[in-house]
Amino acid sequence: MAKRIEVKGLDIYYDKFLAVQGVTMTIEPRSVTALIGPSGCGKSTFLRTLNRMHELVPKARVEGKVLMDEQDLYGAGVDPVGVRRHIGMVFQRPNPFPTMSIYDNVAAGLKLNNKRIKKADLDALVERSLRSANLWEEVKDRLPKPGSGLSGGQQQRLCIARAIAVAPDVLLMDEPCSALDPISTQAIEDLITELKEQYTIVIVTHNMQQAQRVSDVTGFFNLKAIGEPGGLVEIDTTTKIFTNPANQSTEDYVSGRFG
Amino acid sequence: MSTETTLDKTPPPPDVLPPVPLSRGSLPRGAAPGVLLAFVVVAAALWQLADANPAVCGIGAALGYSVVIYAWSRAVEGPRGAFDRLVTAIVSSAFVLALLPLVSVLTTVVDRGLERFDSEFFNNSMLGVVNEGGGASHAVTGTLIITGIAALMSVPIGMMTAIYLIEYGRGRLARYITFFVDVMTGIPSIVAGLFVYALFELFYGPGIRMGFMGSVALSVLMIPVVVRSTEEMLKLVPNELREASYALAVPKWRTILKVVLPTAIAGIATGVTLAIARVIGETAPLLITVGITRGDNFDPFNERMATLSVYSYTQYQNAPGFAREAFVDRAWAAALTLILIVMALNLVARLIARLFAPKTRS
Amino acid sequence: MPPTKESKRDRPPAAEGGRPRGTPQRLGDRVFSGASTGAGVLILVILAGVAAFLIAEAWPALWADSEDVTGGDGIVLYIWPVLFGTLISAAFALVIATPLAVAIALFISHYAPRRVASLLGYVIDLLAAVPSIIFGLWGVAELAPMTVGPTEWLADNLGFIPLFDGPASATGRTMLVAVIVLAVMILPIATAVIREAFLQTPRLHEEASLALGATRWEMIRMAVLPFGRSAIIGGSMLGLGRALGETMAVAIVLSANRDIVSFDLISSANSSTIAANIALSFPESSGLDVNTLIASGLVLFAVTLLVNMGARAVINRRREFSGAN
Repeated sequence: MAKRIEVKGLDIYYDKFLAVQGVTMTIEPRSVTALIGPSGCGKSTFLRTLNRMHELVPKARVEGKVLMDEQDLYGAGVDPVGVRRHIGMVFQRPNPFPTMSIYDNVAAGLKLNNKRIKKADLDALVERSLRSANLWEEVKDRLPKPGSGLSGGQQQRLCIARAIAVAPDVLLMDEPCSALDPISTQAIEDLITELKEQYTIVIVTHNMQQAQRVSDVTGFFNLKAIGEPGGLVEIDTTTKIFTNPANQSTEDYVSGRFG
Repeated sequence: MSTETTLDKTPPPPDVLPPVPLSRGSLPRGAAPGVLLAFVVVAAALWQLADANPAVCGIGAALGYSVVIYAWSRAVEGPRGAFDRLVTAIVSSAFVLALLPLVSVLTTVVDRGLERFDSEFFNNSMLGVVNEGGGASHAVTGTLIITGIAALMSVPIGMMTAIYLIEYGRGRLARYITFFVDVMTGIPSIVAGLFVYALFELFYGPGIRMGFMGSVALSVLMIPVVVRSTEEMLKLVPNELREASYALAVPKWRTILKVVLPTAIAGIATGVTLAIARVIGETAPLLITVGITRGDNFDPFNERMATLSVYSYTQYQNAPGFAREAFVDRAWAAALTLILIVMALNLVARLIARLFAPKTRS
Repeated sequence: MPPTKESKRDRPPAAEGGRPRGTPQRLGDRVFSGASTGAGVLILVILAGVAAFLIAEAWPALWADSEDVTGGDGIVLYIWPVLFGTLISAAFALVIATPLAVAIALFISHYAPRRVASLLGYVIDLLAAVPSIIFGLWGVAELAPMTVGPTEWLADNLGFIPLFDGPASATGRTMLVAVIVLAVMILPIATAVIREAFLQTPRLHEEASLALGATRWEMIRMAVLPFGRSAIIGGSMLGLGRALGETMAVAIVLSANRDIVSFDLISSANSSTIAANIALSFPESSGLDVNTLIASGLVLFAVTLLVNMGARAVINRRREFSGAN
């Protein structure tokens, strides 16, 4: 299930504009990797290159390599649709499909991949996903109701259930708690800790406490200078980054001196 | 379903959720354009060389492309990718299909209209013309007069209504007006004509026709368009501007006149121009309120007048058997004149919008 | 792209909102607000006037003896065939135009390169700018001859379907051509409404489906079409309203027979429409005939009013719905 991702010398462009330069890192399976850094340094852009969502922006492109278990995601013949099926994503704001019921939201990805899936199998998978997302008990009596009727935190867990329903290898989270209240945030953080037993998780966060609480490894992104492209400054175990980082700018950032 | 067992959180068996390979076969680069090009070339060849019906060739090419690309992609990329390509082909052909009538209309009008698009056409009326010759000078002038009066009536009413809706309107009255302006946009033009006839008949008796009636009918059609576009433009004026003006103790009406309207004026002018373009080609209401004349009549309050659209219609519809060509040619020449005026107005509207657009970039 | 955040500040705060009663109002303000309110009320008066004067002028025909009404069979039997023709032509035009409008809107919003998309939208809008008389001339001069061959084939091979009963018209001046012309004419308005909605599909929902591994079409089916559904309904109903009231194009294309009720699309004996019948008959009518025509116009007004009100209600509901999200 969970797979290792290796990024080698990745440059990310919007048309001619170089947004992120020279990222090299290894993301270990069954762990949580947090990406932190000031706004506009390219964390989210980088995250979106991992499942090839970046290229949805017209003229956006990348150079370099992203390997998932030795297979180049940007190699010839690789289908971005297949990549996204293997690498799920959870977004900044909860985005369940407004016209679909809770059940259909979770089943949406499943139906794409297997049109002739049996009702019983589908039921089982939906329940399994909702249980994995710690949402089953709260919604089991109202599965046919629209997903937009749930609270923000529940909606976000619904989105996580939707993402893991198709059994991806990797789960990307783009500031998943930034639109949520503290209690919902805690529920999501607990969930992340549970999910890392099975998935490779990469989470972008603005909240340094959150990075400390949930992640095993932390990468710090920053702009080299104003007007320069962003890049990965350093990546190490979370403890190391927050107590004894190698780089001065990392120390300044984690101690709250800028950003 | 069993309850809290660890099984519930393990991944599903692979037969329920078939594995999706990361990479799959994909059509070679340029496959889709290549196939499309091949079909277009074949269709064009059939059309030109074998003299086949161009519409049939076009539809055949689109169908052939869709089938080939679907079959090929299904074999190489699988059913989902193939269906995606099929939809792309259908959606793109639909767009091209919609362009065909536009192109055909424009080329036909230009082609047939040029036959009589000469100085004689623009310097003569139909007075004393039996078959060949004659022109539409009286109709061009008539169209300009009637549309001009319509614009003079609609623009103030439309703009004031929009100002009311945006700056003053509250509560039920504003909601009613908004709703009925929308409804008014949908009044069939012939009904507007009937309404004006019914109204004027009360005062002037049966069979009444005059240019001014046409202007009123066109106003009924034009007012809602002016209201809508002005409203849209006034909404775009930032509230901060109004508040800045109030803070300088400028009364509200002067704020609207000196701050709000000048800011929005380019957009409003664009909207008004488009509204004129929309009604200048109207035929039905003019046919039953203004009628047609053979000679000059430029007094909108007295008797029938000629307008380009009705001129074109009557020339075509009343063409006698013996000199049909002359009549039909005049009808097309009038149509060409009309479409040139409409396109020119559209162009002017675009230019106004482009040139005077407020430079707001946030 | 249309601004979506506008709705929240549709209405600027009223300067006089909190004005205590009795605060003096400037003369200029009073005049100006009075004038603008008057203009708004005038619109309501005009619309009421349309209804009132049509009713007043239709009245004599409604109560006249059957023999005196044009045709001699009474007002109901006079209007029914043209009403039938109106409904049938508009309905078929809608059937052709709606899927096309959805496809064109999709092409502009989600398939065409973004840079040319607005240009393409403008080109489609140009279709709306072409005066209806020109569509009529085009229909009868270009389109009608083109349909003669295919309709003969239809009559020979699919004649068992009532729509293609035949015999096929030799001139091509058939209901089918009128329907196609109407469909072309209502495409731009339907496309404009639908395109607007498609363009406003929240990026979040599109990305959600793509991130699940959806192809472009699957993304459209999951996110775009559900979001635009009421716009599709509303836009095509607006188009229906247009098609019902369209006059000149139909009047020129059809060799109208006023009293035929037939589903046959391809024969030369076809129904007429209310609007076309008025345009064709009005110039030569007098007396009660005029009242009869106005009565049919009143029916047309009522039908289009209902359709347009329905369309607006559907579109406005969508606005509220998407605003709440």
